[in-house]
Amino acid sequence: MAIELQPLEQFTIERLIPLHIGRLDISYTNSALLMTIAVVLITALVVLSTRRAALVPGRWQSVAEISYEFVADMVDTNAGHGAREFFPFVFTLFMFILFSNLLGLIPYSFTVTSHIIVTFALAALVFVGVTIVGIVRHGVHFLRLFVPEGVPAVLLVLLVPIELLSYFIRPFTLSIRLFANMLAGHTMLAIFGGFAASVGVFAIFPLGINVLLVGLELLVAALQAYVFAILTCLYLRDALHLH
Amino acid sequence: MDLASAKMIGAGLACIALVGAGVGIGNVFSALISAVARNPAAQAQVQPFAFLGFALAEATGLFGLAIAFLILFVF
Repeated sequence: MAIELQPLEQFTIERLIPLHIGRLDISYTNSALLMTIAVVLITALVVLSTRRAALVPGRWQSVAEISYEFVADMVDTNAGHGAREFFPFVFTLFMFILFSNLLGLIPYSFTVTSHIIVTFALAALVFVGVTIVGIVRHGVHFLRLFVPEGVPAVLLVLLVPIELLSYFIRPFTLSIRLFANMLAGHTMLAIFGGFAASVGVFAIFPLGINVLLVGLELLVAALQAYVFAILTCLYLRDALHLH
Repeated sequence: MDLASAKMIGAGLACIALVGAGVGIGNVFSALISAVARNPAAQAQVQPFAFLGFALAEATGLFGLAIAFLILFVF
């Protein structure tokens, strides 16, 4: 079966407005365009819907309130007490990833989070921020995070390197998880689309699978934003309360 | 063995990673069902953890799938 498949074509970055400063390429790309749209939509949702806040919320105010309460609840239950001051950060992170994922599902648009550089930047931001919070809160005692309590000294030789490794691998697992989900999902959609284009009358079968896959992708888009945010909360709890 | 067939075999081998994801996701939801069957009142408490576990288990399998796609379409 010889099919001309180009499923990774959807991830190409195009320069919409070329901009160069010296040798630095800061062109406005389709990736940047989708990020701008996501930020504008989130701001519009949160600001406009609560402008005329009513006691009995309307449709849009409900959406804004539900997402606010969802993230606030997540921060309270997972990051422990005293984590409320980090709520704006987690809310921004969650909404940005959620909107980027969902906007990417619109046909012929572009998925910002399918590029490892974007997800790694987000994960590195979380990692560096959480580490700074831990060091500011606990000073040198922050290092106790890597020494489990009540463990015989012989085992510590083994456990401390493992704890260190599992701490420093966090930005990588956090970013690769989101990136791989988006890459695999969208590539799969494109592959089944390619099948549908090449088998004539029987196109109904791959098309049907694609409909189901879009449903799964909607779930994954929301779930991965949730996972990213909840893991940020768990890392924050480690830094704030040291186990 | 020429490069094209080696790529196909490599991509197929990379997809074995999905076995683990399948086992893991099945495990997560079977545990959720038996937990809810024993104590229906706990459903609201355990469901978020089940979906967290689902997403984490699925992601490990997708690492392998992403490698398969990279082998097939990038290199």
